[in-house]
Amino acid sequence: MATKLLLAKAHVEGIRHFEVYRREGGYAAVEKALKMEPAAIVEEVKKSGLRGRGGAGFPSGMKWSFLAKPEGVPRYLVCNADESEPGTFKDRYLMEFLPHLLIEGLIVSSFALGSNRTYIYIRGEYAWIVGILEQAIAEAKQNGFLGKNILGSGFDCEIYVQRGAGAYICGEETALIESLEGKRGNPRIKPPFPAIKGLWDCPTVVNNVETLAAVVPILNMGGEEYAKIGVGRSTGTKLISACGNINKPGVYEIEMTLSVEEFIYSDEYCGGIPNGKRLKACIPGGSSVPILPANLLLKTAKGETRLMNYESLSDGGFATGSMLGSGGFIVLDEDQCVVKNTLTLARFYRHESCGQCSPCREGTGWMEKILTKIENGKGAISDIDLLWDIQRKIEGNTICPLGDAAAWPVAAAIRHFRDEFEWHVNNPELCQTQNYGLAHYADPIHVPA
Amino acid sequence: MVKFSEDKLKEVQSMIDRYPEGKQKSALIPLLHLAQEDFGGWLSAETMDYVGSLLGIEPIEVYEVATFYSMYNLKPVGKHVFEVCHTGPCMLKGSDDIIAYIKTKLDIKVGETTADGLFTLKTVECLGACGYAPMMQMGIDYREHLTEAKVDEIIAACRNKQ
Ligand SMILES: Cc1cc2nc3c(=O)[nH]c(=O)nc-3n(C[C@H](O)[C@H](O)[C@H](O)COP(=O)(O)O)c2cc1C
Ligand code: SF4
Ligand code: FES
Repeated sequence: MATKLLLAKAHVEGIRHFEVYRREGGYAAVEKALKMEPAAIVEEVKKSGLRGRGGAGFPSGMKWSFLAKPEGVPRYLVCNADESEPGTFKDRYLMEFLPHLLIEGLIVSSFALGSNRTYIYIRGEYAWIVGILEQAIAEAKQNGFLGKNILGSGFDCEIYVQRGAGAYICGEETALIESLEGKRGNPRIKPPFPAIKGLWDCPTVVNNVETLAAVVPILNMGGEEYAKIGVGRSTGTKLISACGNINKPGVYEIEMTLSVEEFIYSDEYCGGIPNGKRLKACIPGGSSVPILPANLLLKTAKGETRLMNYESLSDGGFATGSMLGSGGFIVLDEDQCVVKNTLTLARFYRHESCGQCSPCREGTGWMEKILTKIENGKGAISDIDLLWDIQRKIEGNTICPLGDAAAWPVAAAIRHFRDEFEWHVNNPELCQTQNYGLAHYADPIHVPA
Repeated sequence: MVKFSEDKLKEVQSMIDRYPEGKQKSALIPLLHLAQEDFGGWLSAETMDYVGSLLGIEPIEVYEVATFYSMYNLKPVGKHVFEVCHTGPCMLKGSDDIIAYIKTKLDIKVGETTADGLFTLKTVECLGACGYAPMMQMGIDYREHLTEAKVDEIIAACRNKQ
């Protein structure tokens, strides 16, 4: 059995409630933390090797150490629960089933960073989870783990839940801060970074739900022990939300030594592809990361087994690799059309662009239009080149990374599946009733008898 | 006239109290949710102006925000709003068929409301339920693993509530 640091107690009856969570050993990390120096907690997180679970994978301890601490200015911790990257639904699971784990992580982290007022910014559509979190907060408060002078330590902390209102861009940390200030979610130009000038111009740390929950096991077991789980710079465990054409979609906690092949085919995880179909492609880390054909997914270009971790998934760079990203694992079987899939993602990014930068605002619109043409059998070969050209002009030329996130899926689809695009152009009628199928993309390992 | 009840006004105050002194504008997004729920499922100019007055901010500051976020309805909607997700992962699991089925069943296009004012159909982008696809949001609830039979049931249940 794989080590479970976050979800081990997810199925304990009543774990959503304080008494049960506490009986199962909950809030021990808070008791431990409040007896430590805040700087020592930051040190433990550094030692753990924890990397941000929101998508970028930035070392969390290092991020915390950048937080400015000017005299007399409040500092804020904001929990990013915006979770809107297509394919990603792990934070939802954590908050729904283990709300106290997040609250515990938030108390420890607030103490480490000196935040007396901590916000959870949750996507507006997760409305029912707001109630679950507020209940957990109220219970923690009744039991002296929140509010004034927590456990007699002299530390005061309140946690508030703030609901967004439908905007993927508010997951980007500076857009999130704008939104929390009651404005449109337009990302800010960096620098200054939030660690210097964030919420209401005060030093601010924004961290993902899963990152903050992971602080609990790190404190309990110590950073060094945590770092022993996993491999290389992929320490600890990772939540993966798996969806698409698999037998067992859902949220899994994995050790980052697991192979992609085992994750897809083993009954402990995705349980293989339904209806005896073959694996065609996969987007392993949320809609923004490059799609890979099955052959490059299971083995790297060098022929090594690909593992579910930061380094292995990005092995080969964008030429032959992808990214772990947010852990949104999207599987496509042989009946799926890569052009159509790319089109829905292009539409998503066009819809979600905040419109501040012209390459992103205009480029995402054009990519959607051209992909619609190709998908409907009205495209030309030159359109594929135009699409390539547009995505290149977006990448790296925008205020926030949404531009890149929109460009990469299109680039990867053309890079690896160009003949499927060409087939649409060359078979304008056939492509309306039939799919291109597997061609040479199929998983070479699992060939049905 | 648009006005919250005394109870709701208390809720408004508790929302404002979550932020430091002078930062009450931060309550705008939660307040607009509250107003939309309370005043007929959408935000009229009158409603938005009222919300602005509660926070002591200019009407334009409210309009800017209300037009940015997709969950705010800027025109009236049906009693039951079906917001069906059609992003990649849901598409892989047949969301297009579900949308087509609802269209035929209710005889409306995406973005329209039935003549009796009961149903509005919308398509939305990923709602974080990709593993339970196809799905839609109805009010604050998620309806997941949709099938044609399930859609029939949901529509019948909505009609029965009348
Ligand atoms: C367009 C866009 C959307 C994002 N959405 C999310 C999100 O929903 N949740 C999240 O935690 N991080 C999201 N991020 C990353 C955040 O900007 C930020 O890096 C993250 O919250 C930092 O937390 P971490 O270091 O704990 O991962 C997004 C970034 C971009 C550019
Ligand atoms: S890249 Fe797109 S989403 Fe990001 S700031 Fe520019 S226009 Fe807005
Ligand atoms: S794609 Fe539909 S919920 Fe994520």
